[in-house]
Amino acid sequence: MSTLIDVLGSTLAKDLRLEWRSKDAVNAMLFFALLVVVIFSFSFDLSAEESRQIAGGLIWVALLFAAVVALNQTWARELRNQALDAYRVSPAPAESLFLAKVIGNFLFVTVLELLMTPMFVVFYNLHSVRPLYELALVSALGNWALVANGTFFGAMSIRTRSREVMLPLILFPISIPALLAMVSATTATLTGESSPRLSLVFLLVYDIVFTILGLLLFDTVLGAE
Amino acid sequence: MKFLYAAYGITWLVHIVYLIILTRGFQQVRDEAEELTRK
Amino acid sequence: MKSGFIILALITLLLLSYGLYQALVAAPTEATMGEVQRIFYYHVPSAWTALLCFLANFVASLWFLAGRSGRADAVAVATAEVGVVFCTVVLLTGPLWARPVWGIWWAWDARLTSTLVLWLIYVGYLMLRKFSVGGPNPMLAAAFGVFGAFNAVFVFMAIRWFRTQQPQPVFGGGPKSGIDPQMRYALMANWVAFLALAILLIWLRYTLQRVRQAVEEAHAMKSLVEPEVRTRR
Repeated sequence: MSTLIDVLGSTLAKDLRLEWRSKDAVNAMLFFALLVVVIFSFSFDLSAEESRQIAGGLIWVALLFAAVVALNQTWARELRNQALDAYRVSPAPAESLFLAKVIGNFLFVTVLELLMTPMFVVFYNLHSVRPLYELALVSALGNWALVANGTFFGAMSIRTRSREVMLPLILFPISIPALLAMVSATTATLTGESSPRLSLVFLLVYDIVFTILGLLLFDTVLGAE
Repeated sequence: MKFLYAAYGITWLVHIVYLIILTRGFQQVRDEAEELTRK
Repeated sequence: MKSGFIILALITLLLLSYGLYQALVAAPTEATMGEVQRIFYYHVPSAWTALLCFLANFVASLWFLAGRSGRADAVAVATAEVGVVFCTVVLLTGPLWARPVWGIWWAWDARLTSTLVLWLIYVGYLMLRKFSVGGPNPMLAAAFGVFGAFNAVFVFMAIRWFRTQQPQPVFGGGPKSGIDPQMRYALMANWVAFLALAILLIWLRYTLQRVRQAVEEAHAMKSLVEPEVRTRR
């Protein structure tokens, strides 16, 4: 058990340090998200009320696309120096690698979201009708859902020929339930028209199920020849 | 009703296409097997 | 083996013909929708069959993860492909039914949308197999198969609960409730026929996969014995 935590800690620290030094992922993600927001604004001519309705969905679409950029990066980085093979051979438990990656990605995506939210608030004149902590909870659960699945499938799609395309291709359909729940919850908190409770519970269950599945199956994915 | 026939027709078309794909697969695999034994 | 196969093929053909007769002739014409409603007898059983195929894929994937058996992998790919075939039929017949009846090609109702997502997931599964570096990777596929199946459950729930905006045209008017017995009979007849067809197709695909596996192995053995440069397909 202590090995698990140790490896997790060191892998996480390494990823964070790498990212801090290069700021590759965060920059790319941020810019991408901004572009998505702007393009959407130009594509649709919306009234204030309409904007508020779709803002929930829009945030998550932008985040999803941006997250894919980051996810591809994290695994590509491992592949570059054959770090992945080293992991496979070492006695370090695969689960800790998985968790480390997920937590790392989660932190990146959260940072991204914190940077993006002011943009959205400004562009769409948003204010939260329901208590703010609900919004934070929605974001956290939603991020985790995206990131847990994304990390797992990232590891898979790295093994394919057209890997940048593969990840979104398999990730998007899989994310649809989470996406639906996230959008529903976000819209509920922003417009106050309904309770986000169902969505939150759904997301929680979703997160738990898929994190456990990921942990169980990651060893398989890593070792797959 | 055109739609009715189209629907039934498309169903058959899809299955037939799949059968053709499978047949081609079998032919290909048979060729490979022959090539193996020939060598 | 061959004879069993031919027998099944003949039975399937028979069942399909009977089903066709039931659907087009024997079943009464629906009151409000008219003849077009008969699409229902192909649309719904295809959907049920597709679901069963994907369920089989889930089981096969677990089986593979448990024992790494080549047979499990063959079943997995076979059920996924056949499932996608039937799913495609559902997605094509749906709009063909909706258009004349409700005037719209597509409705984001719970069932069609779920089917679409299911289709996307399993096409993804097939692409993952196809585009893996160094040939289809059964381990990755099995892991994905398990994930995909769990996901399908969540998909159905999510679409049911979180998609309340769209008008929900009731496709088929709740097939299990108060449906004319003649119609139900036609529905079941076609379902049995499609199940037979599915089994036939899966069997075919499974055999093809097993032969391919054998050829692969033979190739590999050969390369061990006689080292030669062999171009990989």
